[in-house]
Amino acid sequence: MKRLLLFLPLVISVGIGVFLFSGLGKDPSKLESALIGKPVPEFALQDLHDPEHILDNSVFKGQVSLLNVWAEWCPACWDEHGYLMHLARDKGIPIIGLNYKDQRETAFGFLGRLGDPYQAIIFDPRGSLGFDLGVYGAPETYVIDAEGMVLYRHVGVVNERVWQEILQPVFNQAKGNS
Amino acid sequence: MRFYPLLLAMLFLVSPVQAEVTEVYDFDTLAEEQRYRNLIAELRCPKCQNQNIADSNAPISKDMREVVYRMMQDGSSNDEIVGSLVDRFGEFVQYKPPVDKRTILLWAFPGIAVVGGFLIVAGVVMRSRKQDTKEPALSPEEKARVKAMLADKDQPSKR
Repeated sequence: MKRLLLFLPLVISVGIGVFLFSGLGKDPSKLESALIGKPVPEFALQDLHDPEHILDNSVFKGQVSLLNVWAEWCPACWDEHGYLMHLARDKGIPIIGLNYKDQRETAFGFLGRLGDPYQAIIFDPRGSLGFDLGVYGAPETYVIDAEGMVLYRHVGVVNERVWQEILQPVFNQAKGNS
Repeated sequence: MRFYPLLLAMLFLVSPVQAEVTEVYDFDTLAEEQRYRNLIAELRCPKCQNQNIADSNAPISKDMREVVYRMMQDGSSNDEIVGSLVDRFGEFVQYKPPVDKRTILLWAFPGIAVVGGFLIVAGVVMRSRKQDTKEPALSPEEKARVKAMLADKDQPSKR
């Protein structure tokens, strides 16, 4: 009994080591969304292309889609845009854009230079829908199911690897269910 | 040496440096303002990892301060304000997590550590005391022998 007790410090330090090791390599800036499994917050905002046209939650109904939060002022959005074009054009993935705290003219300049992969673009100059979604930095990409529920949230750039390893499995699974 | 009192006095004169944020909100009462300050000091900026929204200049912190202010003006309670932000940004925004099933260990740990440490120290002390008393006192013969040895040592050797 006494002998076993001598091993206690070893056991404790190995335990702490395992616990700390499991934390290595985790990105602390990735937060879980509070919205997963909940519907996209209610909104009624202008269409970027047509101020007369008001978009609401019905844009997400009837198809599994991606919701991409972007802005002209966001450098990483310029980086990922080429891949979004590829997803929309070559793979036929429906992408809804959320133009976050931007101006119409600059947003058009961005789309004019890089192309427009979006089925519809929600214009959110004050960031109200962004706030309700818990957006704390663009770009962010959500997988939304055919009922308008948030399935997944990815903070940061979407590229080949992120799509294949993270988003596509969620997307395909949702498509299989609906 | 004689500068010590002066240095000591200077130590107490040092005040914490604070980043000032740009926008200013008006409050009807000092108590309300204090409540606002407490709230924004307790809420964590989701973008900047370890800053509260009072100190942070990130745009998201500015939005959050605005929401805190607006909800206060609408008469919301502190719990409602914090709750609405947690619904959007997750538990991460709270520096003080609520006490519930998942966080009870976190909250209880300091208490457990203090009580555990006390028990260990008490155990060690009691055990050493027990050993002290268990040690048998010298028997009369042994005492005599010790006396003889000491006496022998006091006198220089005759050899």
